[in-house]
Amino acid sequence: MSVRPILIRGGRVVDPSQGLDRPMDVLLADGTIARLGDDLDAPEGAEVMDAGGKLVTPGLIDVHVHLREPGGEHKETIASGARAAAAGGFTTICAMPNTEPAIDTAAAVGFVMAEGQRAGSTRVLPVGCLSKGRAGQELAEVGEMVDAGAVAITDDGSPVMDSGLMRLALEYSLNFGIPVADHPEDVGLSRDGAMNEGLVSTRLGLRGKPNASEDIHIVRDLLLAEFTGGHIHLQHVSTAYGVEAIRQAKARGVQVTAEATPHHLILTDEAVEGYRTEAKMNPPLRTAEDRDAVREGLRDGTLDTLATDHAPHHYDEKEAAFDDAPNGIVGLETSLGLVLTHVVGEGLIDLSIMVERMSLAPAQAFHLSGGTLAQDSVADVTIIDPDLEWTVDPKTFLSRSSNTPFAGWTLKGRATTTIVDGRVVWSL
Amino acid sequence: MPIQDPIVVMDEEAILRALARMARELVEKNAGHEGLTLMGIQRRGIQLAQRLKEEIENASSRTIPAGILDITLYRDDLMAIGPKPVIGETVLPPGGIDGRSVVIVDDVLFTGRTARAALNELMSWGRPSRIYLCVLVDRGGRELPIQPDVVGREVQVVENQQVEVMVPELDGRWSVEIVTLPLEAA
Amino acid sequence: MSHEGSPLGKDLVGIEPLSADQIRMILDTAEPFKEISKREIKKVPVLRGKTIVNLFFEASTRTRVSFEFAEKRLSADTVNISSSGSSVVKGETLVDTAKNLEAMAIDMVVMRHGASGSAKFLADRIPSNVVNAGDGRHEHPTQALLDMLTIRDNLKTLEGLKVCIVGDILHSRVARSNIYGLLKVGAEVAVCGPQTLLPFDIGSLGVHVFRRVEEAIEWADVLNVLRLQLERMKGGFIPSLREYNRFFGITNQRLEAAGKDILILHPGPMNRGVEIDSDVADGDQQVILDQVTNGVAIRMAVLYLLAGGRPESAEAAKAGGAA
Repeated sequence: MSVRPILIRGGRVVDPSQGLDRPMDVLLADGTIARLGDDLDAPEGAEVMDAGGKLVTPGLIDVHVHLREPGGEHKETIASGARAAAAGGFTTICAMPNTEPAIDTAAAVGFVMAEGQRAGSTRVLPVGCLSKGRAGQELAEVGEMVDAGAVAITDDGSPVMDSGLMRLALEYSLNFGIPVADHPEDVGLSRDGAMNEGLVSTRLGLRGKPNASEDIHIVRDLLLAEFTGGHIHLQHVSTAYGVEAIRQAKARGVQVTAEATPHHLILTDEAVEGYRTEAKMNPPLRTAEDRDAVREGLRDGTLDTLATDHAPHHYDEKEAAFDDAPNGIVGLETSLGLVLTHVVGEGLIDLSIMVERMSLAPAQAFHLSGGTLAQDSVADVTIIDPDLEWTVDPKTFLSRSSNTPFAGWTLKGRATTTIVDGRVVWSL
Repeated sequence: MPIQDPIVVMDEEAILRALARMARELVEKNAGHEGLTLMGIQRRGIQLAQRLKEEIENASSRTIPAGILDITLYRDDLMAIGPKPVIGETVLPPGGIDGRSVVIVDDVLFTGRTARAALNELMSWGRPSRIYLCVLVDRGGRELPIQPDVVGREVQVVENQQVEVMVPELDGRWSVEIVTLPLEAA
Repeated sequence: MSHEGSPLGKDLVGIEPLSADQIRMILDTAEPFKEISKREIKKVPVLRGKTIVNLFFEASTRTRVSFEFAEKRLSADTVNISSSGSSVVKGETLVDTAKNLEAMAIDMVVMRHGASGSAKFLADRIPSNVVNAGDGRHEHPTQALLDMLTIRDNLKTLEGLKVCIVGDILHSRVARSNIYGLLKVGAEVAVCGPQTLLPFDIGSLGVHVFRRVEEAIEWADVLNVLRLQLERMKGGFIPSLREYNRFFGITNQRLEAAGKDILILHPGPMNRGVEIDSDVADGDQQVILDQVTNGVAIRMAVLYLLAGGRPESAEAAKAGGAA
């Protein structure tokens, strides 16, 4: 089905891959960026969009998203997650494999690919399991999964406790040119913890997960990446020590990329006050010192990708005592607004760096197409209204779940149009 | 290091004359050409065998099969020496050696050990009906009870002397020479 | 007349200690021994009266049989001792074994043992000649020599040739010996396999590393395809045999895609359909049966070059060994 060309006129093009941050017109045709320039003519039959006052960026990419299909469709499906992503301005999301059954074979990867395509919305790229069944024992059939479309491997939501297995995964990934993503956590230390171990947990009488439980695995992963030459992608970094360790490893030339989530950039463990399960996730919200270190890491590029760790859970599950509630919050539909308001808006980074962290760097880390508006690249574009004020109302989410601590927050800045492969998949 | 110039006991003319005579002797000993097969021993026996083959063929317009014998693996001193000798190729004559009158051809007969090794090797290949030993030079000094059937020339030497046969393909000339070495080097 | 290049010494414990000249000497010496295997009576008296013990701590039919043929064709008396060693403490056994062999005045020992370095261990402790038939993951010198001979037979040279070893390099003594040998004689060497089965910093031995077998095939004149032990899957180094064949298997399709002649070697025994497909194993470019034939010749050459030859008798022999 051929799509009409689209001319996006008069927007502020922010494309760090080309060093661009100025008003320009963008012409999309045949699924690719046909031209960027000033005062472009609309070809015949083209749809013309007026982007005056808006930002025009390469499509946003979220490399850490939990879609609950197969096995948890009441929380989210591939289709509902893709649509939620589109509403959040994302043109590509990478789906984590901790479904039931887990995505550990070429067939399962193929299923996710097919369902994503069927949804016809944001591009869904599968991440395969690192170990068979996510059991943490034997390597999964990485080659077959990559051949079927997987872009990385991970055992997320679980860590890889066996360092020998992580070593093998980093080595084996070299044959297939993919990163190994890790959820760094030493469960021996974090066992039974429900939140950050700190003053707040002491007051609330909740068991905590100490920073060390994350730091130990971050350092282990960095050492193994250095030793094997493989590419480690550290997920949802939340500790000050962790950020510094990554900074030093990068300086040594270790192949590492790392994520920061919007919630770890904004909230601290104080958000748990009142036993609010919508502030319960893994890794937990930590102290102000950790949050500030994560912010600094995002600023200087130590944490080069911004990812949501979108983790939908049904209302019923989160309506439980704090210890019993599952970990995770949704994030696809709030990420951009939160970042524009509380990261860019507070002067930590400028728009160019924001686009780098949310589009270019994720594309580079996972070897994806996109992340750029260069001519002939894929026509994945996000149009953003930076001045639009809106209030977060989970009832209006396209996601099937609404577990978020940001309900009621007023944010400034929102995606208004999301274009994938030159087709509008969502519009405000 | 030789202490004097080599003494030439046979020059080219003498050698070729001798070979012509030896060729006729072989045919005579064999009572004809039937089954005659020449086996030259590496390395200089090969040239001599080749020359004998030509002589016999020219005189009779028959084809005489010829082969090459390398006796290295049958030497009785193999385990005593240090670096092992290079093993040359052994090539059986067309038609093999079974039932044939095989002539072992070598340059110099001395202790008889090379001839003994050649006999053992031939017998491991098959069963010739007869074996003759044909040498250009017999210098005496046997250590085994082995005697030649056809000889080019008998040469008397003493302990510190060696008899060397030169052939065109390896040395550029036909020549039989006595080389005298200092006593301690012998 | 003797070989240039020093003699081999008392033992053959590996390729690493050898010079390029010594390697060539062994290959050249094997040529006439090939011919003996074609005779009606496949025997020469070279090692008559010598006793050789085949000491195999690891099960191996093909290597042991190959050595046995070599020994018997040289007229040696052979004794086979095999021990699976499961109930025995390895180090202790080796020392006792050495002492027993010395007491029995065995002339030569051919040993295969599961511990890297065990061949040298034995060689240092007994006066017999010791030939390493495989020590742990360290070396398998006669295999590398027969591989080089086979390559040389088919491609006329070794210098400047591009040889890629494909498979489980990490656990392979065949790979190590081949790498040392080929580099010494001037070939270019590469390895290719799952990274989990490549040893640390293998590139520093002087070899290229290919991550995809297609790249290796495009580069190479010769592929030496290693057997994938099924235990590797249990050890977690690869997720499945199917995946190994899919991404690292030598298939006709991959060879045809390269569109050039490549010599295929395999030390055997083959796992058909895993590291090598049947149509390649039985096809035109493989020389696997030549390797077996050359194996006997190489082992005869090695035993011939090592046997006897005590330097002090060399002078005496020179005088008495004349015609």
